[in-house]
Amino acid sequence: MEVGRAGLYVYSDTELDRAEGAAIESLKAHCQQAIPDPDKWLEEELRRNILLTSVDFMLNWARRSSLWPVICFPACCAFELIATAASRFDISRFGMEIIRASPRQADLMITAGTLTWKMAPQVRRIYDQMAEPKWVIAMGACAISGGTFAQSYSVVPGYNLIVPVDVYVPGCPPRPEALLYGIKMLRDKISKKSITEG
Amino acid sequence: MLADYAYIGLFLIVALFFAITTLLLPFTLRFFRIVPHKPNPIKSSTYECGMETVGKSWVQFNFRYYFYALLFLALDVLVVFLYPWAVDLRQLGHFGFIGVFIFIFIVIVGYVYAWRKKVLEWK
Repeated sequence: MEVGRAGLYVYSDTELDRAEGAAIESLKAHCQQAIPDPDKWLEEELRRNILLTSVDFMLNWARRSSLWPVICFPACCAFELIATAASRFDISRFGMEIIRASPRQADLMITAGTLTWKMAPQVRRIYDQMAEPKWVIAMGACAISGGTFAQSYSVVPGYNLIVPVDVYVPGCPPRPEALLYGIKMLRDKISKKSITEG
Repeated sequence: MLADYAYIGLFLIVALFFAITTLLLPFTLRFFRIVPHKPNPIKSSTYECGMETVGKSWVQFNFRYYFYALLFLALDVLVVFLYPWAVDLRQLGHFGFIGVFIFIFIVIVGYVYAWRKKVLEWK
């Protein structure tokens, strides 16, 4: 991010605010259309109607069995996610207990909570930094459509404006069981993917 | 005797094999198109994660941190010496007891000197 005159060491709050506002406004202008959900291969699979090859089976098994979530919990659904990760519901059953602080090592983003436009560039940045192949679970009403705050000027009405979403988990907040069901759906979705489809 | 070194050689071979495999694995997966290739400027950057710094990261720190660090270091080392002394206090007897007090006295003199020189005041 380039702020103010080059060569200055310290920038004023006004300059920083202006630069951040410009970045947010440009993102807002580019993200007015919802990004279509990445689910092409599901229909492909139905059309082909053949069994997956053993390479596909092995790869998909490996991918769905080691989904590492990245830390990206902007709001209160995070508590349900934490409960899901903790001992009672225990997502380590799915090989997901390693919640990575670095997006470079993660391949699943569970978007737990309301996203404001101010936070949106950072979420987009985390998604961009994640390694391929990567998936996104939109958790809660706010993540799906903005929820209660959908009409607000500062809230992103749905994460699918910012990042492509694979699975939507409704609820306000969704209970851990609901999130586990969403994770199960994602695993089913991954298991239908074929490497020939990029 | 010589056969014992074979274990080190074996260990070296395993280490080399492991390192080379780990390095070549991504290239192999890319070659067979198993990993999708969708680069973008942010992913390709060497900066791993987190927010980028605004402006230059070669900022100047206040010189007074140095004084605090130095004082902290002196007292920290004092504590490191006190732990083994406290464990063996009974065996060391009076000599050890008085010796440590002399040691603490020297450090305290330095501390009071720094205090009098107004090092602890943040101006």
